[in-house]
Formats: sequence, C-alpha cells, structure tokens
Amino acid sequence: MSCKRYVDVIARFYEDGRLLPLAIWWADGVMYEIDRVLDVRPAASLKAGGAGIRYTCRIQGREKYLWREQDRWFVEAKQNAG
Amino acid sequence: MERVILHSDCNSFYASVECLHRPEIREKPVAVGGDVEQRHGIILTKNQIAKRYHVKTGEALWQARQKCPDLVIVPPNYELYMRFSQMARRIYRDYTDLVEPFGLDEAWLDVTADSRGRDGMTIAEEIRGRIKNELGITVSIGVSYNKIFAKLGSDYKKPDAITRVGKDNYREIAWPLPCSDLLYVGRATKRKLERYGIHTIGDLANTPERTLRGWFGKWGEVLSCFANGLDCSPVARYGNQPTVKSVGNSTTTPRDLKNDEDVKIILYVLAGSVARRLREQGFKGRTVCISVRDNQLFSFTRQHTLGSYTNITSEISDAGLGLFRKHYRWERPIRSIGISMADLVPDTVPSQANLYRDEAGRERLEHLDRAVDWLKNRFGSFAVQPAVLLTDRQLSGFDPKKDHTIHPVGYF
Repeated sequence: MSCKRYVDVIARFYEDGRLLPLAIWWADGVMYEIDRVLDVRPAASLKAGGAGIRYTCRIQGREKYLWREQDRWFVEAKQNAG
Repeated sequence: MERVILHSDCNSFYASVECLHRPEIREKPVAVGGDVEQRHGIILTKNQIAKRYHVKTGEALWQARQKCPDLVIVPPNYELYMRFSQMARRIYRDYTDLVEPFGLDEAWLDVTADSRGRDGMTIAEEIRGRIKNELGITVSIGVSYNKIFAKLGSDYKKPDAITRVGKDNYREIAWPLPCSDLLYVGRATKRKLERYGIHTIGDLANTPERTLRGWFGKWGEVLSCFANGLDCSPVARYGNQPTVKSVGNSTTTPRDLKNDEDVKIILYVLAGSVARRLREQGFKGRTVCISVRDNQLFSFTRQHTLGSYTNITSEISDAGLGLFRKHYRWERPIRSIGISMADLVPDTVPSQANLYRDEAGRERLEHLDRAVDWLKNRFGSFAVQPAVLLTDRQLSGFDPKKDHTIHPVGYF
C-alpha cells in the first residue's frame, strides 16, 4: 500500500524559467541528492492520489518519481516509511 | 466542408477527482454531496460504483443512503475541481483554439482544421489517453460533424470511451435514443412530445418541421434541426466568454422562511451581493427578477423593470422585496430564494435625471455604497451590515459573493 508523502525539496530556477529539483529532504533529516532528472511531464499518480508535473529522477542509481503539485512536492511512499 | 467536432465529457467529474485524491475510497461507492447542516444536502455527482445502486444526482443524501448504506459522501472542493477543469482545457487547447467549455466538466472542440491533418477519431483517442495519464480521470468523447450529435456521442458510451456519430451512421446511433437525451429537451418538453407519440430522436427528426413549429413555436424549428443533425452553431473560440447578461445570487436557506421579515433578511444579503458585484464589474441594471421556491419545491419567478438603471443596493433590495410582497401569499414556507438584475448597461452610460425624484439623495446613496464597498473589501463582507441582518444571524450569516458558485450555462 502506497501513499502520498509531501517532502521538502531543494530546487533550482533556471534563467529560462525551468524549475528542476536538486535534492529531496526526507522527514528523517536525510537528504537525497538527485543525480539527474530524466524526464518531466504532466502526470497523475494513482498510487499517491494527485496530479501535477512529474519529474523522473535518478537518485543513487534508482529511478524515482517526484511530483510538483501546485506549490508542493510529493512522492509515492510506502505506508510506514519516513 | 464537413466539420469535425468533438465533445469531451469528464465522467462523474467531481467524484472522479475525489477518488483520485483518496485512494482508500476508490473501490467504494462514492458521492460528492452538499452540506446537510446548511440544507444543501443533495448528491452532486457519484462514481460508477454508486451508480450501480441507482444513486441519482440531485436526490437528498438520506435517500441515497437508503439505497446504498455504505455510500461514502464527501463534501465538494470546488477549487480542486476548477484546477482539474483548467488542466483538461489546457490539453484541449493543444489541439485547437476552438474550445468551448460547457460547465466545468464538458467542452466542445472544433478540430476541422487540424494542422497535422489528423482525423477526429485519432485526436479523440489521443485526448482520452492524455487525460487519463495526466489527470488521472477518464473522459468520454463524441466525434461528429455538429455539436449536438457530438454531445450525444459523448453520452453514448462511458466511461473512458469514444463514439463516432457520422453522417453515415447517425440514424443507427442517434435516432433510437430517447428525445430527452437531446440538449434542451427537459421534463416539460418530453411530456409534451410523448403526448404526441414522439419518443425517440428519430421520431422527432421524422416529424415535419411545420408540425413541430405548431406545437412549440420557434423551439420546434430548433428541435427539428437538432434531431436531423442540421445544427450549425459554431464552437466558440476559447476566451471569448459570452458577455454578461445578468448578475444574480440565490440561496437555499438554513431553515424555512416563514414571514416577510425572514425574506427581507435573505433578500438584503443577496441584493447586497448582487449590487456589489454589479458595481465591481461596472454595470447598472434595470430589470429586477426574483425566484422563489417553497418547501414543496414549487417554484416561480417574477420580474419588474425599474424606471432607470441602477446599482444602488437599497433600490435593488427594495424592488426585490416589493416584487415578493406583491406575488407571494404565504401558502407555504419558503425553502430557497434568489434575486438577479438583468438588462445591464455599463455604469458609465449617462443617466436621465428625473424631475420627480430625489436625485441628490440617490447620489448620496451611491456614495454610501462606495464607502461600504471599501470597508467590505478591506475588512470582509461582514464588517458593515444593515441592522436588520443582526436580528437573525443564522439566516444572514452567509456570503453569497465569496461562497463558491458554479454558474450554470446555456447553449445559446
């Protein structure tokens, strides 16, 4: 069972208006750096329940989705994580 | 040249958006319903599972619960629905500028002149997929050569489906449908048509136009035109919102209204909001219209045209109250009431002074309204109120201007 978890994000605004996340700050205080953003597109998350801009990020060699929903960021997390 | 028109309809829109955001209720019968305490306790939409229990839009929450005891009823979140509506429209506009919204959850698209030369079915398929992926909800789409048949098509098969109603197959698809599926065939028209033995859209199409005109006047021509697929009304360009024709507010009151005093309180609140909105948008109006619905749900409207254009709060509320007193005999308590101003002109239009009226007094009233608007904008709608509103705070404690209202729209 997955659920929606809002997270702190460090992001960079580029001069052309693009906004890309650089790191995710997990609730336990650990920061995960994003090695690379592989894809950006509007998408819904059925698992977490929400829709917005989805960033496909490579974090420590693994692909992870990160959503920007209006002013907040969320990930699909396991129920008992974080 | 034959047009290519799409009508896209978000399936069970409010309920789908709620189900997307609450994975835990997705497999349950779900309905979005109004606030029972405020007596807005009706079903606004329901999901497919609730549909199986014959839960109907518009019925009272308790009725729905009787049919389906496990029904999950969630309160509406209009801001969220507006956001999803905007997201859907943004997708439509990737295909054409000619996008005409019809309420929050429906829109017509004219894709005749697609720059990449794709046909209607291909575009419909792409839109269906994108809405599903990007919004997490489903649409059904009708593809046709006119707006009316496109709308029938989007109703034909749902959810998450596409139906083509073309010149070659409309007799098989559209004609067997009941007349009431047509836009503007409501209960009264349906009853009348049935009296003449007309049940399906095909029956309607095969009735001579002249006969229909005899029964319905000019609406007869419109119906005949709709049923035969001859409707040629264009899809409006996005952003060309129709000009405002009237400004109004109405409410279902927290308790039944029993006398003129109760009605006065409600009408003052509503008229205050209407007048303020008129001033904000730079209009004056001349025709006051009230609508009244009693607790047996019998309703009527009455209107009155004033001597001159106005946006003065007290003139509008007095006119509304006058109309009400003239036309209501208190046979039954009242459940909901509304007031609107029509016949609008910009407030910059010079007005004719009337020799027999206190024009200086009117000007003072305008100043007063302006001062009150300023106070309300700064300190909130409840900052200044007529004293009569303080006699019953339960009745007067609503803000029609701020409370979100989704305005119904007409086809014409």
